Amino acid sequence: MKLDSMYQDIILDHYKHPHGRGLRDGDAEVHHVNPTCGDEITLRVKLDGNVLTDVSYEGQGCSISQASASVLNDLLVGKELGEAQQIQEAFLELMQSKGQLEGDEEVLEDAIAFAGVSKYPARVKCALLSWMAWKDATAQALAGAPVKESA
Amino acid sequence: MIPTSRTLDVDAIRKDFPVLGRILPNGKPLVYLDNAATSQKPKQVLDALTAYYELHNANVHRGVHTLAEEATALYEGARDAVASFINAPSRDEVVFTKNASESLNLVANMLGWAEEPYKVDADSEIVITEMEHHSNIVPWQLLAQRTGAKLKWFGLTDDGRLDLSHIDEIITEKTKVVSFVLVSNILGTVNPVEAIVRRAQDVGALVVIDASQAAPHMVLDVQALEADFVAFTGHKMLAPTGIGVLWGRQELLEDLPPFLGGGEMIETVSMQSSTYAPAPHKFEAGTPPIAQAVGLGAAIEYLNGVGMDAIAAHEHRITEYALSRLAEVPDLRVIGPTTAEDRAAAISFTLGDIHPHDVGQVLDEQGIAVRVGHHCARPVCLRYGIPATTRASFYLYSTEAEVDALIDGLHHVRAFFG
Ligand SMILES: Cc1ncc(COP(=O)(O)O)c(C=O)c1O
Repeated sequence: MKLDSMYQDIILDHYKHPHGRGLRDGDAEVHHVNPTCGDEITLRVKLDGNVLTDVSYEGQGCSISQASASVLNDLLVGKELGEAQQIQEAFLELMQSKGQLEGDEEVLEDAIAFAGVSKYPARVKCALLSWMAWKDATAQALAGAPVKESA
Repeated sequence: MIPTSRTLDVDAIRKDFPVLGRILPNGKPLVYLDNAATSQKPKQVLDALTAYYELHNANVHRGVHTLAEEATALYEGARDAVASFINAPSRDEVVFTKNASESLNLVANMLGWAEEPYKVDADSEIVITEMEHHSNIVPWQLLAQRTGAKLKWFGLTDDGRLDLSHIDEIITEKTKVVSFVLVSNILGTVNPVEAIVRRAQDVGALVVIDASQAAPHMVLDVQALEADFVAFTGHKMLAPTGIGVLWGRQELLEDLPPFLGGGEMIETVSMQSSTYAPAPHKFEAGTPPIAQAVGLGAAIEYLNGVGMDAIAAHEHRITEYALSRLAEVPDLRVIGPTTAEDRAAAISFTLGDIHPHDVGQVLDEQGIAVRVGHHCARPVCLRYGIPATTRASFYLYSTEAEVDALIDGLHHVRAFFG
């Protein structure tokens, strides 16, 4: 059944038990929305030199957008920025592949579960919401945006 | 044609809509429950479009040749059809636009550029409601920003109706225009026109009614509404996309300034200045959506053939049935009135913590088309503290079997995410 190709168990697990959820200290904060469906995410990144020490987030949205944020947290926290950026690009490429790519498990780990989502144009934006927010927040942190303390 | 009975033959009607027989790529028959977003089109409308292009295509109002005269007659015939469909006192009060959004923007801009007494300026107030479609919010926000006018609105009660308890404080002597939706596309609520119109008339404010979700589903009588402007959109009432209507009272259309300039809307043009054609042409700059207007005329003929009160009665029955069956689904919360009284056939709901996107996706797998999201009425979602809803919306061709399919689908959604 096609649905199972979208809603892989890995995705449903991340949705039901998200990793790293909640807002913590960060060097920059962004708020992104998906205007067509109302999904929202607030995301902070914390850098220590060149290393991404935390990505914290809070948001509401469908299983795909929530699971994707959880996977992002797993994949990117602890990585050097250059590597994190490569993972982001690999994920972006996978999501834009319209079901043509399977994804490199070495690089993307759990995130290859989203390959099936790339066949559903309306849901690609859900999967990318947190990743675009992360990219934006990281750019702001590097540009020296004001530090936000967690409330 | 005056319908003699309040029942309609759904099986016969469904045969007129080719797409309703469609089998989707996953092998499931289509269950189309997204009628509030756009309706399907019957053969009669599709045939009218084809015949127009195959036999009569020409530009309107500007040729002496046979085709130009035929095209003009068809286009203006559609205006006659609209005028009688909404009981307009004059056909010249029917302005064709491209959709309801353009109709509403047109009014807001007319009022922004108007002379006294209609002019909206920094001392004026504009009143809308919290249940408006974005198309009846943003044009007024723009007008308020550009003129310095103050934008006010009616809030909502917990059961999805307008809170009119402070009507005298909201509509005041400063109010220049009150614009509200007759039937909400997200809540399904049918609003009490009379109370609002009475107060607006008392203070001398103009009344604009967004009838986008009313015109397809019930008898729309602009004289009975006593409004000054009424806007609606063709694609939700069996017509093609690209055609909308703004009805306005004749003296207002005569007094108010044009918004878009161009061909068709002028009387004479010199390099220094121009004079304008009388309404409705004053508001129809450029080549209009001719085939689409012809399609709207054919759609109205189809609706009249079935009978608008028969359609309203059918949808009322379906709505009652759907509300009673939805009440059986655990964790399902209807956002909007929970009974069919003063309620139309668009039903929004949430299903526990399952996000509407996920609900819609699993339903789609079963061939059921619903809409998910904030339905261009985000303030309503904010009001009820929800990110989005799932919406099932019915029309003249909807059946109880389709409601049953929806209910089965929702049980399946719960099992999937449970
Ligand atoms: C209540 C209401 N108003 C306005 C509109 C806008 O119609 P259109 O997009 O055709 O301009 C819609 C359609 O979604 C609607 O439901």
